[in-house]
Amino acid sequence: MDVSLDLFLNAIAAGILLGGFYAAVSIGISISFGMLDIVNIAHPAFIILGSFIAYIANEKLGADPILTTIVLAPAFFLLGAGLYQIYHICFERRGREALSGLAFFFGILFITEVSLLLVFGVDYRSVQAAYIGPAITIGLVGIPFRLAVPCAVSLILVGVVHFYLQKTFTGRCILAVSQNQRALQLMGANPIRIKQIAFGISIATAAIAGAFLIIIQPVEPSIGRDYIGRVFAVCVLGGMGSIPGTLLAAMILGVAESFTATFYGPSWAPAVSFGLLLLTLAVRPAGLLGR
Amino acid sequence: MPENILTATNISKHFGGFVALEGVDFHVATGERVGLLGPNGSGKSTLVNCITGTLRNDTGEIAFLGERIEGLVTHQRIRRGVARTFQIPRPFRSMTVLENVEIALLYAGHAVSHEGHTAAALAVLEQLGLRNQADMGAGQLTQVDLRKLELARALAARPKLLIADEAMAGLSHTEVDEILELLFQLNETGISIVMIEHIMYAVMKFSQRIAVLVAGRKIADGDPQAVVKNPDVEKAYLGE
Amino acid sequence: MRSLPFLGAAIVVAVAVFFAAALVGNEYVYFAGYTVLQFVVLATAWNILGGYTGYVNFGTAGFFAMGAYSTVVIYKTIKLPLLLAIPVGGVTTAIFGLAMGYLTLRLRGVFFAIATLALAIVLNTLIVNWSFVGGSRGVYIIRPRDAAHFESYVQFLFAVMLGLSVLAVWIARMVEQSRLGRGLAAIRDDELAAECAGVPTLRLKLISTTLSGFLMGLAGAPFPYYVTYVDPGGTFNLAYAVNSIAMPIIGGTMSWIGPLVGAVLLGTLEQVATVTISSELNLLIVGVLLVLFVTLAPNGIMGLVSARRRKAKPNA
Repeated sequence: MDVSLDLFLNAIAAGILLGGFYAAVSIGISISFGMLDIVNIAHPAFIILGSFIAYIANEKLGADPILTTIVLAPAFFLLGAGLYQIYHICFERRGREALSGLAFFFGILFITEVSLLLVFGVDYRSVQAAYIGPAITIGLVGIPFRLAVPCAVSLILVGVVHFYLQKTFTGRCILAVSQNQRALQLMGANPIRIKQIAFGISIATAAIAGAFLIIIQPVEPSIGRDYIGRVFAVCVLGGMGSIPGTLLAAMILGVAESFTATFYGPSWAPAVSFGLLLLTLAVRPAGLLGR
Repeated sequence: MPENILTATNISKHFGGFVALEGVDFHVATGERVGLLGPNGSGKSTLVNCITGTLRNDTGEIAFLGERIEGLVTHQRIRRGVARTFQIPRPFRSMTVLENVEIALLYAGHAVSHEGHTAAALAVLEQLGLRNQADMGAGQLTQVDLRKLELARALAARPKLLIADEAMAGLSHTEVDEILELLFQLNETGISIVMIEHIMYAVMKFSQRIAVLVAGRKIADGDPQAVVKNPDVEKAYLGE
Repeated sequence: MRSLPFLGAAIVVAVAVFFAAALVGNEYVYFAGYTVLQFVVLATAWNILGGYTGYVNFGTAGFFAMGAYSTVVIYKTIKLPLLLAIPVGGVTTAIFGLAMGYLTLRLRGVFFAIATLALAIVLNTLIVNWSFVGGSRGVYIIRPRDAAHFESYVQFLFAVMLGLSVLAVWIARMVEQSRLGRGLAAIRDDELAAECAGVPTLRLKLISTTLSGFLMGLAGAPFPYYVTYVDPGGTFNLAYAVNSIAMPIIGGTMSWIGPLVGAVLLGTLEQVATVTISSELNLLIVGVLLVLFVTLAPNGIMGLVSARRRKAKPNA
């Protein structure tokens, strides 16, 4: 293991860029799980779905992946809202979220992954864009645009969501419903509708993150599973519903994974997020900035 | 002190920055009927949770039957004779009323033969007027019967101290009297009872002594008539 | 029915199944049957922790693999015969289950579920990086051609799995009808209320996890001899996780019959689908059935059966 300075610095840089991306990937879970207590273990499936839709648009129309998913975000929002409606009627109302709700989302994860496999096969798919390929070098550190552009847009996305939750009426209702559903009802807002909107937003962010993913690396249907650990690790470490916490935790995860891949080899990378998750659950379940 | 079945001293509990309990002393004499009052959020349920072990108190000591119990897990305290009912009843919904009671009999550690469990459970149900519902699914009971089931489960554990947490909330006047009568009967068999309630009529009728919690602190403790006339207590309930 | 007569009846049924399979005369029956029976054990094992206790385990693949790789290690070191390797696999996995339980059972049910997935993947990564058992390239196990008293080794494997199925179902039924089973049901229904009724919840959850792990390890132990090429991809297959959850849910989680029914029905369906259509479509069917049942018929097939029986006798 040769710890040269430039390897070290590049690992950190890649880790930070990756971290920005992981924040976008996880922000949906911070909302659905951190704030609404819905264990949407199928979240990564929607990320991959977003990736493949970006891929098709890119292949057939030459469209930019990020723009594609942003344009289609409302459709994903509706998908999320509809999914929440089913979840609410079948599980929340009957108080059976624990076993059945989890099994439900697990089934959705599976159906999505296998459907994509049937349609697209096991080949890796990637997209073409002007910013995939070039890189700039600052001193010893090389910064590939295919990491930098998604990272930048991710940070914008996280910022937009944070602003929305803090400053708009609906956004603040979402924050309120996560803390005290009864109080929200007394204020006249419909908590079910609010949760529906929140869940829709969470799925929409997943789809957009999917575009980032397929820019960063080639995608095939089963890589969603690696992201289950990442999103929950980031959400728990970040304190379950704290957006700034999510960002910080995502950075930590990104750097940790980058270091592990650089110095120990990429085959250890999947264990990092899950290991971090287990560690957090064991030591400080409230996360770093948690309530 | 042997004449106190429960002695809790200097109990504090914080949740992050929020102080749920601060320096609370609370005791129950053997065979006594104590009322525990306080506005919502004053810490009553937190105190109960600390006594039963669902929460760990940050400071202070709890002695039950002369033995220190802060280090014990909830089910160990239950086996020593502490019992509680829940504000919102928590029946085991996949089981019948009889099976609900049998769980407590099977696990609260008092050796009864396997065949004896059903008979003993039926006896408890009889005592609480639930004998006819023995084979009903627990989820199908009426509100007042759910409260009785809570008491039945607590009773099946052969408690020496019973903490009844708002056992009468939302019930009609006759239903309140039903539960009150049951609690008096239980007390007559030697069980010390702590009643947490907002229904003043019931508390005044039942309690030999009343303690009042406000914002995590105990502000009054003594004879019911005196406590009720205490200006601090009035202020807490009626505002300034 | 008391438990020993039940065991006797189960053994009789198993022997009948064995001879029925032998009558078919085609080795393929043993291969397909082995897979279905493997699911009987896995589904039954999962249900002890999932259906009885209410704690969802996403890491079935990890436990299964632990049993399989324990046999691989034995094969590469002391070379015990299969019938001795199986209990070793079971015990190893039981210890792993106990350790996992100790670390994770204090967490809320939701975090427990995620932690189980995490552990399975961490275990997967460890195996991938452990060259002694072949790492990502896998190992080859030589399956003997013959077994004493049997027509072939594959027929012997089929019989072994029949035996393990009988054992699993018998244990599950015993647990369900015992004091332990009642305590687990109380935990499932309301863990806080159970603790306040005197149930030692942590201890019972640990027993449940250990027992479930033991049975899953037993299911995995003969796998290397069945499949002859063991690699992490095939062993840590998510299909095990999905099936071990789908089969009890579809069959019914409240009793030992549910996982058995679910495993036999779904397992057979999958074998048919794999042969006639494709193995991916087969997984799609499992996923769809899982979602359909969990939303529309949450008590599974057995739940539907007992609901119809209750409608037929209105004053039961």
